[in-house]
Order: sequence, then C-alpha cells, then structure tokens
Amino acid sequence: MTERTRPIKILLGKPGLDGHDQGAKVVARAMMDAGFEVIYTGLRQTPEQIARIALEEDVDVISLSSMAGSHIPFCRKLKPLLEEAGLTDKLWVIGGNLPAQDHDALRELGFKGIFPSGSKLDAITEYIRSNTK
Amino acid sequence: MNAPQKPEMKKVVNESGIEVKPLYTAADVEASGGMEMVGEPGPPPFTRGIHREMYRKQPWTMRQYAGFGNPADTNQRFKYLIANGQTGLNVAFDLPTQIGLDSDDPMAEGEIGRVGMSIDTLRDFEIAFDGIDLKKITVSLTINGAAAILIAMYLAMAEKRGYDIKELRGTAQNDILKEFIGRGTWIFPVEPSNRLVGDTIEYCAKEAPKYTPVSVCGYHIRESGATPAQEMAYAFCIAKAYADDAIRRGLPVDEFAGRLSYNFNIFGNIFEQVCKFRAGRSLWAKIMKEEYGAEKPGSMWLRMIAAGGGGGLTFEQPEVNIVRGAYYALISALSGTQTMALCSYDEAYTIPTEYSARISLRTMQLLIEEMGLTETVDPLAGSFYVETMTNEMRAKMEEIMAEVDAQGGIVKMVSEGTIQAKVSAQAYQMQRNIDSGAFPKVGVNCYRNEKEEDHPVEFHPYNEEDARHQIEGLQKIRAERDNDAVAAALARLRADAAAGTNVMPALMAAVKAYASVGEMTKELVNVFGRYQEPIRF
Repeated sequence: MTERTRPIKILLGKPGLDGHDQGAKVVARAMMDAGFEVIYTGLRQTPEQIARIALEEDVDVISLSSMAGSHIPFCRKLKPLLEEAGLTDKLWVIGGNLPAQDHDALRELGFKGIFPSGSKLDAITEYIRSNTK
Repeated sequence: MNAPQKPEMKKVVNESGIEVKPLYTAADVEASGGMEMVGEPGPPPFTRGIHREMYRKQPWTMRQYAGFGNPADTNQRFKYLIANGQTGLNVAFDLPTQIGLDSDDPMAEGEIGRVGMSIDTLRDFEIAFDGIDLKKITVSLTINGAAAILIAMYLAMAEKRGYDIKELRGTAQNDILKEFIGRGTWIFPVEPSNRLVGDTIEYCAKEAPKYTPVSVCGYHIRESGATPAQEMAYAFCIAKAYADDAIRRGLPVDEFAGRLSYNFNIFGNIFEQVCKFRAGRSLWAKIMKEEYGAEKPGSMWLRMIAAGGGGGLTFEQPEVNIVRGAYYALISALSGTQTMALCSYDEAYTIPTEYSARISLRTMQLLIEEMGLTETVDPLAGSFYVETMTNEMRAKMEEIMAEVDAQGGIVKMVSEGTIQAKVSAQAYQMQRNIDSGAFPKVGVNCYRNEKEEDHPVEFHPYNEEDARHQIEGLQKIRAERDNDAVAAALARLRADAAAGTNVMPALMAAVKAYASVGEMTKELVNVFGRYQEPIRF
C-alpha cells in the first residue's frame, strides 16, 4: 500500500434550501481535525454547483449534509452530473436526517457511506480514511 | 488499615460556565448580589414574572409548530389542533416560501410543502386560515427572510375578512440577525435585511399597534451551539440592534418596545434554564429602562415563548423524548413564559403526526390540569439555590453582552461570521463530549439499548401531487389577476425599496393585487442584492 502524498481532500456540501448547518459545520471541524483538507460550500447548493466544485477542486471525497428530507430527489439529480464529470471513482458520502428506509435508495444512487443522525464523528472520519485510495 | 477513601466530590460546572455547589445557603444569595432584584411579580424588576397573577388569570398559550403541504392540508391540521385544546397557532412554511421563491421556481423543486406549508399568494393565506377566528386564536408566523412580505399578506388577509388591523394580535418571528447565525433562511445582505425588520416595526407601531412584528430568537442560536447564558445575551444584543434602528427612525421607545417579543429554548439542566429566564427578565427591564429610557412597564417586559427543546431530543430511543418533553414543559412553566410549545417525540425524524402532536399538547395540559403549575406565581422564588443562580446567570449574561460590545457589536460580528464561528466551535466541542461520554445523554452514550428497536415513528409522507397542485394554483392566479395592477404595485415596491422609503405600504398594495412571494422578493433582490455567506472556522 502506498502512502498518500497529500491529505485527503473533501467537498462538504449543503444541498437544497435548508439552512440547518450546525451538523455540517461540526462534521467539517471533525474532518479538519482528522487532517483532511475540507472545502465547505455553505448553504443552498444546487447539484450543478456541487458537481462543478468537486471537479474543479479535484477532491477525493464528495460529502453532503442533509437535514430537511430532500436528499433523495437531490441525489437523483446529482448522480448523473457526477458521472458526467467523471467522478465515479471518488467516494460519495452523505449524512444527516436520513431515515433507514431511504438507505438502500441512497446506496443505489452511489452513496457508499451513509451516516444518519447519531453517527459518531470518529466513525465518519475513520470510514473516509479507510475507503479513500 | 487506612480508612476507606471518601469519594472525591466532582466539580460541577453548568453549560453556561457557572460552578454549581452541592449546597446553597443564605450566605450564597448574599454573596451573589442578594435579593435586591427579586421583587414581586407584576412590577419591575420582573424577575418573578411580568404579571401579578400570571397563570391564575390565564394559563400560557399553547402553540404547537405546524404546517406542511398545501394551505388546505395545513388548515386541516390547524383545526385538529384547535379542536384538541390548542389556543394559538404557530405556522411552519416550506423552504421556498421562507427564502422568497415561488413554487414554480426551479430551485423549489423537491422542496414544495416539505417542511412547512407552501405560500405563493394571498389566496393561499385565505385558504390556510379559512374558518379560524383570528380574534380567538392568535397566529404566529415563523418567517424571517421573507417576513415583511408575509406580514403584509397576513394583515391584508385579516383586513379582507373584516378584522380591524388596529386591534389585530399576532406575531411574526422576523428575526433576521439570528438567521445568519443559525437556521439560515436569509435572502438579502445584513444591512438591508435589518432595514426590512425596521420597516415592519415602524409600520406596525403606526398601523397595527397590537401586532408583534418581531420575536427575537435565542432559540436557534442555542441550537447552533450557544450556552444558555449566551443564548439570552446574544438575543438581547440582537433586540438592541432592532431597537436602535427604530430609535434612529424617530420612534419613541414606548411606542414600539412593548411589541417586541422573544423566543427561547428549554432543553438542558432544569435549574440553569429556569434561572436563565428569571435573570433575563430583570436584565431586559434594566436595559430598556436605563439604556433606552423606557417608562411604560410594557416596554420593559420580556414577553416570550419558552418552547421547543429540539436540541435536547435524541434520535435514539425516541419514546424517551416524550419524557424529556415533559421536563422541558415543566421548565417552561416554571420560567413564567407567556407561550409554550413542545417539539414532539418523533421530531428528530420527521414532521409530527397528529398523534405525536397531540401527546405534546396533552403534556402541557397535564401541567395545567393536574400538576398545579398554574396555581402559584414563580414557585421557586426564595430558594437559596435558585436566587443565587439567577443572580449569577444575570451577571454572566451581562459579561457576554459586554464582550460583544467590545468586539464591535452583534451586527459587525454576524456580518464577519465571528459569532457563527464561535458557536459552531462550541457545538463541535459538545459533540465530542457526547461522543466520548463526558456529557451524558441517556440512550446515546449511556443506557443504550443493546440493539436499537424498530421505533414507532411514522414518517410524514411527501406528496409530489401536492407540489403540482400548488404550481397549478399559482399559474391560475397569475392568469386571473389584474396583471397591470400587479406590475404597478411591483414598480412601486422597487422604487420605495431604492428610495429608502418604508416598503410596507407598497407590500400591502402588492399582496392585495395577488403578487406572489417570489415576484416581490425579486424586486427587493434587484435593489438590495443577495447575502454572501462568510465561511469561517
């Protein structure tokens, strides 16, 4: 296994219109403390904006924080855009208020890491570390 | 053989940073400032309550947060809550409405009616409040970025139904500064956003003097990571910013201060919260009297809703949230609040069902009917612990307010993102403490179930069909209304916004012409621009 030459670079996006960003900011801090380079988008990102930033910033991980229930329609729009941008080899992760009944649908949409409310910060950062090439 | 070692008594410090002793005596009360600020309920300094008889005369208003789907769906939920003994309404709007987008805006897709009801035009308000007596049931609108528009819409709806708006009571949240700290439904930059709050305060003082145009929220600042003392101190700093603006407009303090209200959170340590409210009441009175020269007692009142508690509820073992909610309601009752509402046990997951909303309502009704919480005013007064902690919480809040002043004031700190960075750093530390078990949360880091059970949580369904109906309704209004009148009203709105004239009369004319929330917002964005979030860690 080769050592990484640069820190893991993560896009942390707040999709949709919801403004509850306490969780996103907490996770961003945990990622920074874990030594990752974090690009936090701020609120109200469209799927197009997230795909564009992910491509331009050449991130290893694309992560979303969703609290207000619009995660499935959002990820449905985001998936083809990420595919088009050639970002299928990146790790896609999502956290927030994600009912268990939606997890299979999110996995089918390409989100391998799913971290519903109640997930521990270290579990999130360890998962990212061990699933990033 | 050595004597068994006495267990070391752990030092206890509450969330606000005040040490809690194992025993309090009269000497502690004396050392913390004595009983000088206690007084009687009714007259200043109001520590014990803003009314002499408090709940003997009238129990707190019960005002569960509700709204989803189309206005007709929400109207049905309102009627259900009223039929079950609720005495006020607290309206939830969907995100497109909250940030000034019409239902047919591409950005609104997937979000219409999801977290609240969808409102495009006055027609929607007519449907939402149909059959509800606005004199008996006061309505609180949880709206901020688009508040000026929705206040105009509410007043216009009431007027159309024959109510005299000079006599109309009701509340709008309309606290934009806290939206920049937490909750995030801002639209315009900080300065014009503040001006819009000022426009509503000025307009209501003159035209709707019994309406409460602002409810300053410590609530969401607390949810974003602030301590209880910071929650109240930051809210006071924000209220002062609005008051300063009103004074600059030439409004005498006694003409508007009585219509400011507050929204605070109720989760956490029972005594710390109760003392927060008792301390805050006398501190606010002191600020209004000494700094603003208020003379009317009403101008010094800390009128409030002490409610919610969402930040304390857990995803794990959600049924236990029913019990947490009962303690939060007790805090609220002991705090001397005017209005109460509770987050429902399933609210960490979803929009409450009728069933869970009813449990919240029954929780509050229990305190009134069975537990004796309405019989005696401020029953904790005179306790050595409570009076000492009340004095210490007041001193802590004053210290925090002085720090804000020393850093250039709350408006500057919010604009630069420094206050956001501060509370979010605290939220991170709290999450670390919960993850490590240093801050106990039952069911989360202690007393966990070996295996989380399948929870009896019923997810609120999202109906794509509702969104389509909402868009069709909007298009129908656009086709039927007098579009020349709409264009003229929007032109006037743009002109008044640009000229610095109070926009409320223009908004009243525009909503009456059935201009949409999105159309009015666009005019204002053209003049004011959009807020750019400062990202700071």
